[in-house]
Amino acid sequence: MEILSLGLAAFLLLNLGAGMWRVLRGPTSADRMLAAQLFGTTAVAILLLLAEASGAAALRDVALVFALLAAVTAVAFVRCAWPDREEHNDSE
Amino acid sequence: MTASEYLSAVLLAAGSLFFLAGTLGLLRFPDVYTRLHALTKADNVGLGLIVAGLALQAASWTIAVKLLLIWLLVLLAGASVAHLVASRALSKGVRIWRR
Repeated sequence: MEILSLGLAAFLLLNLGAGMWRVLRGPTSADRMLAAQLFGTTAVAILLLLAEASGAAALRDVALVFALLAAVTAVAFVRCAWPDREEHNDSE
Repeated sequence: MTASEYLSAVLLAAGSLFFLAGTLGLLRFPDVYTRLHALTKADNVGLGLIVAGLALQAASWTIAVKLLLIWLLVLLAGASVAHLVASRALSKGVRIWRR
């Protein structure tokens, strides 16, 4: 089972490398942010697989922090880095 | 290998396939909205299947519950982020892709 977990973690890491293409291409900054979101979720999955394979329980806490940071990053991006032109959405 | 280990292996492989599909969709789909669609599949189903597969092998209940909580956090975050990005893209006038 450890072999399978490690192999799948490597496979997900390859996926992550392929996703880099979208970060480089864009075209809008939202597309780059979506790629970063996918990286966050994939990293959570990789860390959970590694925690199972290596028996290091602390990696599950790291995965939890990654999940939290990905959410905060995306909300901060939408609110601050990608503002609405008319700002009529900001009164919510 | 026992039956639960086989089931766990199948769930892990299926979850990884969903991650592959999500990455391919992010690379191949034509606009922000369709890419959001691909991304949320990887977030929700891919991570869900991997968490289910790992929870089957978990040594204790606390680990299984922790895995479930991580997945629920990602679910909640993914749903709200998809909504935020899509509504902001719409109000900024990002064109919806038409064939």
